[in-house]
Amino acid sequence: MSETVAKDAGQLRQKELLGQYMASLGRGAAEGKKTVYTFVPGNLVELLLSFDVLPVYPEINALQAGMRQTSDGFIREAERAGHAEDVCSYVKSDIGAGLSALSGSKAPGVPPPDLLLLSSTGCATFMKWFENLRSLWGAPIAMLHVPYQADGRITDEMRRYVVEQLRGEVIPALESLTGRKYDEERLAGYLARSRQAEDDLVAVFEAGKRRPSPIDAYFGAVYYVGPIFTAFRGTPEAVEYYRELRREVEGRAARGEGPITPDGPLGEERFRLVVEGTPCWTAFRTMWQMFAGEGAVVVASTYAKVGGLYDRGFRHDPSHPLESLAEYCLGCYTNLSLPSRIDLLEQYIREYEADGFVVHSVKSCKAFGAGQVLMLRELERRTGRTGCFLESDLVDSRYFSAAHFRNRLESYLQAVDLRRRS
Amino acid sequence: MHSLSELVSRAESLATDVELKSLARRDPGTPCVGLAPAYVPEEIAHAAGAIPVHLYGGSPSLEVVRGDAFFQSAICHLPRSLLELGLAGHLDPLDLVVVPSTCDVLRNLTGMWRLLFPKKPVHFLELPQRTDESGVEFYREQLVELADAVHEATGRTVSASSLRTSISLFNERRRTLGSLEALRRSAPRRVPTSELYVVIRAGAVLPPEEHLKLLREYLRLCRSTDRPELDMARVVVSGAFCEAPPLGFVRTLERAGCAVVADDMLSGARWLRVLVSEEEEDPFRALAEAYAVGGAMAPCRFAGAQRRTDDLIHAVRDAGAQGVILAAPSFCDPALLDRPRLAEALERAGIPSIQLQYAENSVDYGSVREQAGTFADALRLWEAA
Repeated sequence: MSETVAKDAGQLRQKELLGQYMASLGRGAAEGKKTVYTFVPGNLVELLLSFDVLPVYPEINALQAGMRQTSDGFIREAERAGHAEDVCSYVKSDIGAGLSALSGSKAPGVPPPDLLLLSSTGCATFMKWFENLRSLWGAPIAMLHVPYQADGRITDEMRRYVVEQLRGEVIPALESLTGRKYDEERLAGYLARSRQAEDDLVAVFEAGKRRPSPIDAYFGAVYYVGPIFTAFRGTPEAVEYYRELRREVEGRAARGEGPITPDGPLGEERFRLVVEGTPCWTAFRTMWQMFAGEGAVVVASTYAKVGGLYDRGFRHDPSHPLESLAEYCLGCYTNLSLPSRIDLLEQYIREYEADGFVVHSVKSCKAFGAGQVLMLRELERRTGRTGCFLESDLVDSRYFSAAHFRNRLESYLQAVDLRRRS
Repeated sequence: MHSLSELVSRAESLATDVELKSLARRDPGTPCVGLAPAYVPEEIAHAAGAIPVHLYGGSPSLEVVRGDAFFQSAICHLPRSLLELGLAGHLDPLDLVVVPSTCDVLRNLTGMWRLLFPKKPVHFLELPQRTDESGVEFYREQLVELADAVHEATGRTVSASSLRTSISLFNERRRTLGSLEALRRSAPRRVPTSELYVVIRAGAVLPPEEHLKLLREYLRLCRSTDRPELDMARVVVSGAFCEAPPLGFVRTLERAGCAVVADDMLSGARWLRVLVSEEEEDPFRALAEAYAVGGAMAPCRFAGAQRRTDDLIHAVRDAGAQGVILAAPSFCDPALLDRPRLAEALERAGIPSIQLQYAENSVDYGSVREQAGTFADALRLWEAA
């Protein structure tokens, strides 16, 4: 494996954009801009930007700590403060980082929150996370309760309930924080740009149907979804980023090239896989190298949809701003019922002509994890493809075993190969 | 007319009937609706003429094999035993299972149920995280949908009048439970929590009218039976709101010298801490308002700022408790993520606490006895000092 990490142009631009974002956090705080913490699934970034506040995503901070190998220290810090080993490591990493910043033992990576915007889309633990952050930082919480799509559909009551909360809770909290009035026209402008970027992102995802796939829709997609899942959706920079990304990916497809992996361009595409579940961030590159080393490309994944199911048709709609935001919050992947998630994976396996699928289960995430074993069995039954079940964690490296992971993956791919040949 | 020991013994055999054998012996014409933890209002099923059956999960005596095979090791025990019971056919007497939005695991269990038991209806109940008008109205709509689901599964309608009658019955149960809890606070020796636990849990498999009779009889016997004063420390147990601790766990706390004077175990039967209005024209609205005003501030509810810590400290003061046992099931994110803040708030308030973990099928209570015993000794020493 090479020492230097290869990246495609889209990944490099993404890194640049996120670098600008991090710089803007430091600058913005110095300029007196208010900071609002919120979560990726069901985020209301267009609304936040329309109030000129700085959005900060604690789960992005946690995953970055995982990728930089600093999360373990933060987790220990949170455990020393009384948090159990059993609970979500994203929460512990973020709380540990906060405790370290408050104690002065580590420089704060992000400014503290002025408001905690708790959009509960798809994860009950988000609520506990922000209750803890409230105790830590003392910032108020604006609560947006997003009902779960247990019956696989969004009802009028659900939509109305979320819109009422946007009008009655979230917008007043932002008005009070910033001293600005809600400007629907400004919000619509952001939403119109979101829509443009979403069209291009879907074209990028759809490229996974090509043979060979010019993208890796799990590991590579983590970079591609970065701007739209975080602070840039609705901005001209995001529109430009996704236009360029689409051009780059379509170019690779036209030339018959596969994705760029950490070790350079992928050689032969030997296995086309669909992946369910969140990556292990402390071993992200190692995992990708294991897949790529076997010629395995992820052609579609559910993780790339936690910030919006654009490939199933959702678009932000500037003509109905708040209704559209409500629809978005209700429709994210983690807010889908288990049967709907299985249906979606089945569609991916068929539409993307996958040879098999991998369920990556992380100890921390019960919203993803509970039911994944049944998901594996059900998908095997429905598609006739064999599935692989891998386990680790989000950002607690104690739960990742490279040797075990590699053995499971290699054995699985051998089985897929044998089956294909027979 | 029973003696106290006969009543408790009968209650214990009902409380440990996790396989719902008592239901199978009932009139097959009476529908049954299963209610998963932590809370589903029993009134709706009862108003349709069904028996609301609390699905408290398993116990140390239930061997869980098939249910276990569906979950990774970091998932709590409750969904495993519920699936085990379903797969073994023990939940066949149920016409409908209702699963509330307690946590992500139970939420996903709804979908698992649909896939594994396609002929057994399951309904998901979204409990509101808001207590303002938008939350009350949203929840009222959820309750109407639940009534529709009950109707579809049982063929029986929930009318406004039948719902008001049910509300009245469950208000009576709330009063009786309130009296038992008050007696326990004033004289814990008269109402040992290990008894109260089985008497409440027995209601899982009894028609509510029979359960009310049992509770009243138990209250009468507790009032009239003098029991020796024991030198025990008064504690509140908090965090056990969903997966029920096994009876052995509760007994171990008592044997270790802890008199539990308030707790949140089996919270589904005690969720509303206020009486539901029997005058309100719309009884669905009455239930929704009661939830907003007097629903338990369990870890699965958004607590805003200080609400849960304030409520716990209030419960300690109200019960005259000397300390708190923060008891949580293993892998329970809602309860475990509350613990550091609760422990800190208790410490600030000068209230000692310890932390224990359990599973519904725990059988080894050695460390529980040791920790609880040391805690009880320390509380008594502090009291004496």
